[in-house]
Formats: sequence, C-alpha cells, structure tokens
Amino acid sequence: MKSYKEVFSEIDGAALIPFFVIGDPDFDTSLEIIKGAIDAGADILELGIPFSDPIADGPTIQKADIRALDNGITVVKSLEFIKKVKAHKDIPIGLLMYYNLVYQYGTEKFFKDFHDAGVNSVLIADLSIDDADEVVGPAKAAGLDTVFMVTPITDEERIKRIASKTSGFIYTVSLLGVTGSRNELSGRIEELVAKLKGLTDVPICVGFGISKPEHAAAVAAAGADGVIIGSKIVSLIEANLGDKEKCVESVSVFISEIKKAI
Amino acid sequence: MKEKGRFGDYGGFYVPEVLIPVLEELEEAYYKYYKDERFLADLDNYYRHYGGRPTPLYFASRFSEYCGFKVYIKREDLMHGGAHKVNNTLGQGLLAKYMGKTKIIAETGAGQHGLATAMIGALFGMETKIFMGVVDIERQSVNVHKMKLCGAEVVPVECGTGTLKDAINDALRYWTAHVEDTFYLFGSACGPHPYPTIVKHFQSCIGKEAREQSLEQIGRLPDMVVACVGGGSNAIGIFSGFVDDKDVRLVGVEAGGKSVASGNHAATLVAGRVGILHGAKAYLLQDEEGQVTETESISAGLDYPSVGPEHCLLKDSGRAEYVAAEDDKVLDAFELLTKKEGIIPALESSHALAYLMSQKGKLPAETVVVVNLSGRGDKDVGIVEKYRPVN
Repeated sequence: MKSYKEVFSEIDGAALIPFFVIGDPDFDTSLEIIKGAIDAGADILELGIPFSDPIADGPTIQKADIRALDNGITVVKSLEFIKKVKAHKDIPIGLLMYYNLVYQYGTEKFFKDFHDAGVNSVLIADLSIDDADEVVGPAKAAGLDTVFMVTPITDEERIKRIASKTSGFIYTVSLLGVTGSRNELSGRIEELVAKLKGLTDVPICVGFGISKPEHAAAVAAAGADGVIIGSKIVSLIEANLGDKEKCVESVSVFISEIKKAI
Repeated sequence: MKEKGRFGDYGGFYVPEVLIPVLEELEEAYYKYYKDERFLADLDNYYRHYGGRPTPLYFASRFSEYCGFKVYIKREDLMHGGAHKVNNTLGQGLLAKYMGKTKIIAETGAGQHGLATAMIGALFGMETKIFMGVVDIERQSVNVHKMKLCGAEVVPVECGTGTLKDAINDALRYWTAHVEDTFYLFGSACGPHPYPTIVKHFQSCIGKEAREQSLEQIGRLPDMVVACVGGGSNAIGIFSGFVDDKDVRLVGVEAGGKSVASGNHAATLVAGRVGILHGAKAYLLQDEEGQVTETESISAGLDYPSVGPEHCLLKDSGRAEYVAAEDDKVLDAFELLTKKEGIIPALESSHALAYLMSQKGKLPAETVVVVNLSGRGDKDVGIVEKYRPVN
C-alpha cells in the first residue's frame, strides 16, 4: 500500500488532494468521478463518510452529505467503495468523518476494517487532541496514521502538542470557519505554513476555501506539502447532477488545471 | 482546557479544533467570575429587579385535588420573558459583558431561549443573532416577532429538519467563523464543556430557592421533584437543589411525541443510546450506524435528539428517573392546569404536569410533589387551538 511519505517524497512541490463525499451523488457516479480525478492527477484522496449533522461543514458539503445519504450510502458501503477505489489505483486515502459514526461502529473495529480496505489515515472532524486518547491508540494499533487540524488561531504550544499526536500530515485550516469555496484566499496561509514548518517535521497540507488554480498555486508557493480542495469540487458535482458524464468530466478537467498550477 | 467537563463518561468537548481556543477562553472567564463578588452582586441585582427572582412556590390546591396528592408549582413561568431561560441568559450575558464581548449569538427551539437572549442583548447593548429552524419559526411566530422587536436578527435555518438540532448546527458553524469577536450564549445544559456546567450553575437558583421554600412553606422537603427535559436546563436547575437529599425522588419527563413505540418522539433518555452530537457524549436518538434521527414533539423546546450529559449520569446512577409523556396527555395537562388554576403552562412544562396526572391514584394523599413550571404557555395558545379548538 502506497504511503503518504512515498507520495510527498516523489512530488516536486505540493501534492494535490481532492476531497469527495463518498457516494455523492450516488455510489456508482461517485466512484466514476473519483476514478476520473485519480487519472487526472490527484496524488492523495481525502474521502468523507456522510453524516446527518456535519457541524464543521458549510452548505455545499452538507448538501452532498444529504444527497449521498438519501441515495443509500452507509458506513458499511463506504468500506466497499474504498476497496473499489483502491482496485483502480493504489493511491493513499485519508478518511474524514464525525466521531459518532466511528463510535457506533466500534472504534477498534472501525479502524481495522477501514485500514484493511486501504485507508492510510483518519481525521475525525469533531475530535481534538484533548480527547484523542480515545482514538490515537486504536488507530495506530490498526496501522493508521492520525491526522489532526491546526487553525490560524492555534497557539505554538498547542501546535507542538498536535504535531506530537499527528502522523501522515497536519491538516492546516487556512481560515476561521467551516468548509466552503471562497473568492479570496486567506492572507494568513504563508505565515501559518512558515510557523508550522518551524515547529514540526510532519508534512503540512492546507485546506478550506481553496477554489481556484491561483489559490492552489499560492498555497504550494507558501511551502505547503499538499493542497486540499473540497467544496469547489463538490459544487461541480452539484452543478451537473443528473448528467453522470458531465460530473466526471468537469471534475477531471478542474483537477488537471489545479495539477498544472501547482 | 483546565477541566475535562465529564459527568462520568458523558460530556466532554467533541468539537472541531477551531472552537477549542474560544471554549478555553469561556472556561477561564467562567471560573474567574462565577464566584467573584462584584459579578455575583451584579447578577443578583438583575435577577431580582430585571428578571423577577425569587419566583413563588405555589400550592396548586385544585390541581392537587385532581391528582390526589399535594402539588406545589415552582413558578418559573413568572420570570421575565415567560420562562426560566432568562436565569441563564442574564448569567451568560453578564459573563460576555465582563469578557468585553459585544456580539452574541444563540440557538433557539421554542423561541424562549432566543427571546431571553434577545432581551439581554437589548439590555446590555449587544448585537444579537438568533438561529432558529424554519419549522420552529413557523410554529413559534409570536416569539420570533418579540425577538425582532428587541432588536435581534433571527436567522432562519433551513438545513436538516429545521428544528433545534439544526439551529445548533448552524450557530456552531457561524461561531466557527466568528470566534474572534462573538460569544455563543448556549441555551441548555448540553453541548460542549463548559456549557453544561455553566448553564446548570446559572439555573441552580431554581433548585436552591425551591428547597428553601419547601422547608419554609411545607416544613419539610418534598417527596418528589418533577421537571420536563429537552436539553435539560430547567430540570438540572431544580434537581441541583435536591440531588443530595437522597429521599427526594427526581423525575425528568421527556417528549413522548405520538408515542415512544411509534418512533415519533424526542425521548432521548428513555429510548436513545449513547453517542456524540454537538460536542458532548450523551444519550442520542440515532439509527444503527449513528446518523441522528428525526424527532417529533408538540413542543418545539423539547424537540431535540440529544440531552445534557449530567442527566445521562443521573439516569445511569439511578438517582433520577426519566419517563416520557405523549402529546395527547400533554394537551390534557395544559388544559387541566389552565382550567383548575388559571395558569397557562408552556407545552414543554405541560409534560411534567402530564406525568403528575398519570400518577393520579398511585401516590399516597400526603405525598408532596414540587413541579417546575419552566415557562408560561402564551406562545402555545395557537398550537393548542389547532388540536383542541375552544368553542
């Protein structure tokens, strides 16, 4: 199984990490979109299991969660989904979800099953390092990396503590707020990446609000190891609902443009 | 955070990283001021002269006659704004003021917490935004209008089920983007630490008064204390005064909706299982995989799939019992108290009264029950009219 380390060392510049809600808008279309994204140059995938109450997500991803849930995606089907993605290509996968889904499945079993399906890391959107002991041990035991977030208002002492619990990469939130496309990129990124690089050797990937090739280029130029793009891609799916081919095509075209920019 | 915010294994602060610094700031401010003499004097002044504390403990003789035991009503319905909610909004609002915050946000279900927040927003001159589900806006339009009159902006929440749960989701999302200058005035004794502790503290005046009044007016402690439970703030407030008195039974009444058996209800402690929502580990109404399920109740204020973490511990330890009252029985209770006592209870509080009615003939005549009448029912007259038209 390909590791983050291998990907980060192979790439000059920043890795391209698109985010998708598993099963958005439905299982089959979602799988085709993601295969297309891989073929268009995605280096790592960030995949989210939909949740009924995603408090860290803006309207675009909320709607995607609802679409996927309405079309029958489940945690169990997400496992099958990931196996199919891995069968297409051995690409590292970061899994993103809310804690209740892990807790109800059974934390240890959840990590073991998703690791076996081909996931490299887990990021729980509503779990900070303060309660991380509930998950870091079981995740490591299952062979998974644990990804945590850093924000523009995280102080240095806490960044060090977050880095010590993090493996794989640090998910750096570029702005204060929930997920969603923004017209302007946060002015705090360069400073934040520089600060993080001075405090830890864990790779730094930046997400939230990145929606244009020039945003991605700026994040890469700031020294980030990876660029995470979510809502913009999800909005392309939303704009082409009902036309499977157009969904797949618009996402691949966008991925290629970003790939060129970084 | 200085503390874990746990009630047994319940509670905690399961939130996105971006909210941690602002919860730390809140925790620090709370522990700095909650015993501070100037803060307490200020709060006491507002409680007495603005809010209307202490509220009476009233012996409801005609309602008691129906039930066959003695019912004393703690009159939180007489508080300014029409509910116990102002106990908490004055406390948190003053905390926000001491912290130098000028913008406040809140979620609301029935509109009582929204109104109580809008009131203190006006009182303290703070810019106020209230997040409210579109379904609740529809069924509690009078409160929406009152909030606007107080100068608050009411933000309609369309996502999800358009009820309290979704209002909290969107208030949390907004807060995430505005942590640097906004105080989130949480309305119930749930959510992430330190809210369950803070809200309980500011609602504990209910229990403290009720205990003193029982000793003074009845000459002894009650046998039972009853309150409705949605998130659980009025219940934890009154329970806190009696929790150490082991002989006093504590009963929390949840929203049974159509019926617990039908699945159309909001009886979290009665029928839920442990999960994580809105920053806390607590009982939760959810499907097998952990997706939160839709709730149903005639009362917007109890229409919530989770519950305060301390109630979860009180349930597990057996110190408190939790039951559910169905909508139909709740309407009976609403009508009975109004007819017998000339007191129109909120539909939320009517759940506690419905439980008392269900105990008719089951408790000895000398039994003394204190019930928390958490709010008045003016806001619900339109809803009741739909189900039980008055000629």
